[in-house]
Amino acid sequence: MTEILQLVLVGLVVGSIIGLGAMGLTLVYGVFKFANFAHADLMTLAMYLAFFVYVDIGLVGGHIGPFSFGWGMIAAVLFAWAGVAAVSVGADRFVFRRLRARQTGLLNLEIAALGIAIALQAVVQAIWGSAPLRYHHEIHEAWTFAGGLKLKSDQLLFIVLMPVLALGLYVLLHRTRLGTAMRATADNAPLAEASGIDTERVRMATWVIAAALTAVAGVMFALQSQLRFDAGFEFLLLPMFAAVILGGIGNPWGALVGGLIVGVSQEVSTEWINTGFKPAVPFVLLIAMLIVRPRGLFGSSIGGSS
Amino acid sequence: MSALLEVDAVRAGYGSVMIVHDVSLRLERGELVTIIGPNGAGKSTLLKAIFGLLPVSEGQVRLEGNEVTDEMPSRIVRLGVSFVPQTENVFPSLTIRENLAMGGYQRSGDVDDRIAEVLGLFPELAERPGARASHLSGGQRQALAIARALMLDPKVLLLDEPTAALSPVRRGEIFDRLQAVREGGVALLMVEQNAREALAISDRAYLLVDGRNAHEQAGPEMLANPEVGRMFLGLDSADGEDGA
Ligand SMILES: Nc1ncnc2c1ncn2[C@@H]1O[C@H](COP(=O)(O)OP(=O)(O)O)[C@@H](O)[C@H]1O
Ligand SMILES: [Mg+2]
Repeated sequence: MTEILQLVLVGLVVGSIIGLGAMGLTLVYGVFKFANFAHADLMTLAMYLAFFVYVDIGLVGGHIGPFSFGWGMIAAVLFAWAGVAAVSVGADRFVFRRLRARQTGLLNLEIAALGIAIALQAVVQAIWGSAPLRYHHEIHEAWTFAGGLKLKSDQLLFIVLMPVLALGLYVLLHRTRLGTAMRATADNAPLAEASGIDTERVRMATWVIAAALTAVAGVMFALQSQLRFDAGFEFLLLPMFAAVILGGIGNPWGALVGGLIVGVSQEVSTEWINTGFKPAVPFVLLIAMLIVRPRGLFGSSIGGSS
Repeated sequence: MSALLEVDAVRAGYGSVMIVHDVSLRLERGELVTIIGPNGAGKSTLLKAIFGLLPVSEGQVRLEGNEVTDEMPSRIVRLGVSFVPQTENVFPSLTIRENLAMGGYQRSGDVDDRIAEVLGLFPELAERPGARASHLSGGQRQALAIARALMLDPKVLLLDEPTAALSPVRRGEIFDRLQAVREGGVALLMVEQNAREALAISDRAYLLVDGRNAHEQAGPEMLANPEVGRMFLGLDSADGEDGA
C-alpha cells in the first residue's frame, strides 16, 4: 500500500508539471484553434534558457529555504519566460499570423508548428549539446513523512505551485478585462473583432501568458529529472496532449486535472508493468478518451464546461 | 444635411464572385429600415460589406457624409455602427454581463453604468446577468446579441434576421425591443425574412432581388404591394391576407 501511495505522490509531482504545461497548450488551442506541436519544445527551450542564466552566467549558489535551488533560479525562470514569450510571439508574427491572414487550412498551421518544434530542438542541441545537464549536482535528500512516504522539498513545492498558478490563471481569465477578452476571442473571434476588441493584441497576450506556464513547467521538469534537448518530444508532448484531450480541448482546468490523471496513472502503472512501457500509458488514455468521450471529461471551452 | 448612412451603388461579394450589384440605400436618423428579399438575394452580403467584413469593389458607403467604404470593422464600430450577425452573435461561454462588457470593450470607465442602462431595455436579461449565453433560450440569446451591439451607444444598428428561428411570440418581443431601441434614437437597418411583422413597424423598406434594388417603399406600402406579397410574403392572391 505504501508503495502505491508513494507512486501516487510521485505521480502528482509529474502530473503537476504535465498539467501546467498542458494548461498553456490548451490555452493556445482555445484562442488560436490549432494544436501547437512546438509547445513541448518551448518547454525544453525554457529549461535551457534558465540553465543559461543560472549556470552559464553563474547565478547558481545558495538555497531558498529547504529547496535545492537559490534565488538565482527566480531570475532564471523570469528570463526563460521572457525568452519563450519572445520566441512564441516571433513565431506568430513571422509564421502563424501569415497563415491566419491567408486563411490556409489547419494542416498548414500544424505542419508549421511541427517545423518550429524541430527547429527549436535543433537549436537547443546545437547550443547546449546532447548530453543531459543538471542545474545542480549535489544530492538533494527527500523528506520522510508519516507511513514512510518520501518527498523532496522541491517536489512538494511543485504540488503546491500548481494550484496556485492555476488560481492565478483563473483570476486572470475571469476577473480581468484582458482575460475576458481572451475567452471572448476563443469563443468567437469575428464577433470579438466586430465588438471592437483588438484581437491581435489578445492573441499576443495569450502567447505571453502561455509562456509563463511553459517556463515554470519546463524548469520544474528539469529540476525533477534533468535537462535533455529531446525532453519535449520524448517525455512531454504526448502526456500533455493526453492531458489536454482528457480534460476537454481548450479547457485549462480540464487540462490540469487531465495532467494529474496522466501523471498518477503513468507512475502507478509501474507497479504492474515494466517502467520502460510507462510512456505508453498516456497514449492508451488518450486513445481511450477519444473513443469513449471525445469532448473530454469537462467539455471544451476556456471558461470551463459550457 | 446628408443622410446618417448612405450606400451608393455598391458592388460586393466573395473573392471575384460578385453577389451584390449596384445597390443604393439610405438610412436617416431615427429610422427603422428593413431590407427584404428572397433567400440568397445578397442581403447578408450587403450588411457585411457595409460593416467592412467584406471588400466593396465599387461604390461608396458614407456615414454622416464621410466615406467609410472598406474601413476595418473595428474602426466602423468606433464611428458608431454596430452589427448583429444572424448566427454566432454572442459569446457562448461568457455570462450575459461579460457579453455586454465585451460589447463595451472600447468604452472607458463607465462600462457598468452602460450595462445597467442596456439591461433596462431587456428585462429578460436583467433577471440573471450571471447566466452563460449558451444556457439562454433562442429569444434571450437574440436579445443578448442586440444588447451587446448597443453597448457602444451606436448611431446605427445593422441587424441580420434578428428573429430568424424564433416563435411568433418571441419574434414579437424582439420587435418590441427594437422599437424601443429606435425610440432611444438609434437608427436601425434590418434584414428580415418575417417580412409582414417587420414591414408593419418599418418606416421604409427595400426589396433586394439578385443583389439589386427592386423596390423602395414605405414599410406598410411595401406590405400592401401585391407583387411583393406574391413573391416574398408567401401570398397567393393580391389581397395580402390569406396564404402562408
Ligand atoms: N462565404 C461565402 N462565400 C461564397 N459565397 C457566399 C458566401 N456566403 C454567401 N455566399 C453566396 O452569396 C449569395 C448571397 O448570400 P447571402 O448574402 O447570404 O443571401 P441572403 O442573406 O440574402 O439570403 C448566395 O448565393 C450564397 O451562396
Ligand atoms: Mg442572410
